[in-house]
Amino acid sequence: MQYLSPTTIDDAIRLLSSQSGDCKVLAGGTDLLVRMRSGFAEPDSILDIKRIDELRRISRDAGGWRIGAAVSGAEMGEHADLVADWPGVVEAVNLIGSTQIQGRATMAGNLCNASPAADSVPAMIAAGAVARIAGQDGLRDIPVADVPTGPGKTCLSPGEFVTSIWLPSRPERSGDAYLRFIPRTEMDIAVVGCAVALTLDAGGTCTAARVSLGAVAPTAILVDAAADTLIGTTVDDTALDALARACSDAARPIADKRGTVEFRVHVAGVLAKRAAIIAKTRAGGAS
Amino acid sequence: MSKIHVTTTINGDPVEYLCDAEETLLDVLRDHLGLTGSKEGCGTGDCGACSVTVDGRLVCSCLMLGAEAAGREIGTIEGMAKGDQLHPLQQKFIEHAALQCGICTPGILVAAKSLLDHNPDPSEEETRYWLAGNLCRCTGYDKIIRAVLDAAKDMREAS
Repeated sequence: MQYLSPTTIDDAIRLLSSQSGDCKVLAGGTDLLVRMRSGFAEPDSILDIKRIDELRRISRDAGGWRIGAAVSGAEMGEHADLVADWPGVVEAVNLIGSTQIQGRATMAGNLCNASPAADSVPAMIAAGAVARIAGQDGLRDIPVADVPTGPGKTCLSPGEFVTSIWLPSRPERSGDAYLRFIPRTEMDIAVVGCAVALTLDAGGTCTAARVSLGAVAPTAILVDAAADTLIGTTVDDTALDALARACSDAARPIADKRGTVEFRVHVAGVLAKRAAIIAKTRAGGAS
Repeated sequence: MSKIHVTTTINGDPVEYLCDAEETLLDVLRDHLGLTGSKEGCGTGDCGACSVTVDGRLVCSCLMLGAEAAGREIGTIEGMAKGDQLHPLQQKFIEHAALQCGICTPGILVAAKSLLDHNPDPSEEETRYWLAGNLCRCTGYDKIIRAVLDAAKDMREAS
């Protein structure tokens, strides 16, 4: 196996496209190295993107935030301005693994690992995040929701990699939140995850919302019908009940050792309600 | 396949080694450099027995390639005591009997030092969360938490 550590995006693209065998992109490595050890991945080469300076930065971009693909969860959690704008996204990232894992794991890696239960992905989808992808034809921006195409699969072509995730500017009176159900208190894989991002007007009426569910379909899903139950309401009990029903209706989970279909369908609604209440509070709405 | 030549800093000392691309930092520390304080428990980032710091950041050395260490500052358990002088955390682990078999202890000490470097006055809850990635099958954790909090208190009073 060959270890490659380019220092520019251009060099990374050139190296990635010139590899004849299986080349895996290494960001935090908390999934890739485990898969290599267990024999699920046997790359001919590894392309480490952590030596590319611009991929290690969190920066303002077009009113929002651009988070480099090599930025660790810990670095995101320590960035007070980012946390203030997108607390739900950061809390979802920070739920992944232990302190040690947070020191390495990246949000872009969580996206590209393409687990249906990835914690950060519903939060990014609710936030309207956009992934920037580099390849031989240059850069392209696509919604995070379109990146995973199935368990372990993404829309990226060979020779492409995610360089950063962009989070939009946060409108006034907006808030987001992510909750997941796990049987333990910490460090487990989501049985269901739900993220809500919403915006209120000065009177406390919801003017925009995005709701996303994780671990209840082959990929995290954006549930427009759930967002519609909130928009135009004050996110009151009636709206929350409708939200819960819409999320349960949208859930298409499998049954496995971590939860039955019935349980996941129910919990999708429960988590949506609770996440919406937190998002509303963060947006400055009356609780 | 030719080996990768890596120049790095470990516990403040300049270090050079040759490693294969597949080898983890833990493999390098233990098998090439004789720094066997970092233990391999699971090899998949679950147990924390291989905890080290990289540029001050706590990580599992089993989830990092040896080649990635080039130019970084690595901190291992071997750098914790100053000669014969134990670090206050090490001393408190002895006083509180916060270890039994000892396999998890180096990783827990490195993780606990990293906690106190970030937060000299952690609550019990913060301490338990910070150390949640370090598994111990002997102690039941309570003595470990007491030792860390006691060491933190002494270190605050001494500074």
